[in-house]
Amino acid sequence: MRVHLHPPHRTVELSGRRTVAALLRELGVLPGTAMVIRRDVLLLEGDTVEDDDEIEVRRVISGGNA
Amino acid sequence: MRCVRCRARPEVYLRAHNAAFCRACYIPWFQRQVERTLTSGRMCTRDDQVLVAVSGGKDSLALWDALVTLGYRTSGLHVAQGIGGYSATSREKVERFARDRGLPLLVHDLADEGLAIPEVASTTRRAPCSACGTLKRYAFDRVAHVHGFAILATGHNLDDEAARLLGNLLRWQTTHLARQRPVLDPRHPTQVRKIRPLVLVSEYETAAYAFLRGIDYVVEECPYAEGATQLLYKEALDRIEAGSPGTKLAFVREFFRSAQPLFAASEPADGAPPRSCTRCGMPAFDELCAHCRLLRVLAPAGGPSAA
Repeated sequence: MRVHLHPPHRTVELSGRRTVAALLRELGVLPGTAMVIRRDVLLLEGDTVEDDDEIEVRRVISGGNA
Repeated sequence: MRCVRCRARPEVYLRAHNAAFCRACYIPWFQRQVERTLTSGRMCTRDDQVLVAVSGGKDSLALWDALVTLGYRTSGLHVAQGIGGYSATSREKVERFARDRGLPLLVHDLADEGLAIPEVASTTRRAPCSACGTLKRYAFDRVAHVHGFAILATGHNLDDEAARLLGNLLRWQTTHLARQRPVLDPRHPTQVRKIRPLVLVSEYETAAYAFLRGIDYVVEECPYAEGATQLLYKEALDRIEAGSPGTKLAFVREFFRSAQPLFAASEPADGAPPRSCTRCGMPAFDELCAHCRLLRVLAPAGGPSAA
């Protein structure tokens, strides 16, 4: 599967079926800090992603001068 | 797992609330959270004209969208920071959002005044986030005052507020703790009421709302944000939240309910209203306001002069 992370923009190729929770752990992304999107649908941590999936992991944390 | 409202397949699971929602049920849930904060904090009514500060990011655009959907009368204010492509994209997203929905928008471009953030930060040797904060806050106050708005809404969310609270506590900034609340009433004739209607919804909740509403927001982070102390605090809080869901919400909500009034009561400075800046007339706690102090540093370098 192809996983697009941003920000910052980075694409990684992974193989093997796994849960979203496992995918996030592998990418070092804490739960609640990113949305996981497949074909315009938000996935939950218990959902499964497959080899032929195109996944976006969009971080939600922003900061600076707030 | 099923949507707690309609049992459909959920798209959002909120650990802090132990609740899952489908797309159709999440959107009104989020709007109700905003409405609840607006009414319980007596922030504004549907008769008020609210100026919404919109950066182009998920929080401010989600806030504007929710306020409009809830029937509040709003105008947008975008302060363009002059940070190259990042600012150009941000402005484009805000202008498109307003145009597509037929909403009034004011744009204040710092570069038009010779105050683009990269140049100001480099000339004054201040951290970009610090210079940006000073210039943006001044622009918010000034534009709101000049255009006759009584209320300014910003998109600060639960994570912003929790990070700010942690920072204030770590350094025991009692004056700041006394002033950290979701509604700040004016204490000077040129000030407006400032409200933070997203203060009890998390960044994830706001991002999910923006995504599910189809809001096209700037996903990229400001190029100057990397290394910002606020992000360090957010990361620490995210680690705590991952192990103990709901901690952030309790931290902020209980601070507002129990601790903030104590800091406010014991902090005499909170009662002292600002005076008028001798150069621009805006609120100041010294002879000059923070904005004019910044301009004074810039002026010898051939920068802009005071308004």
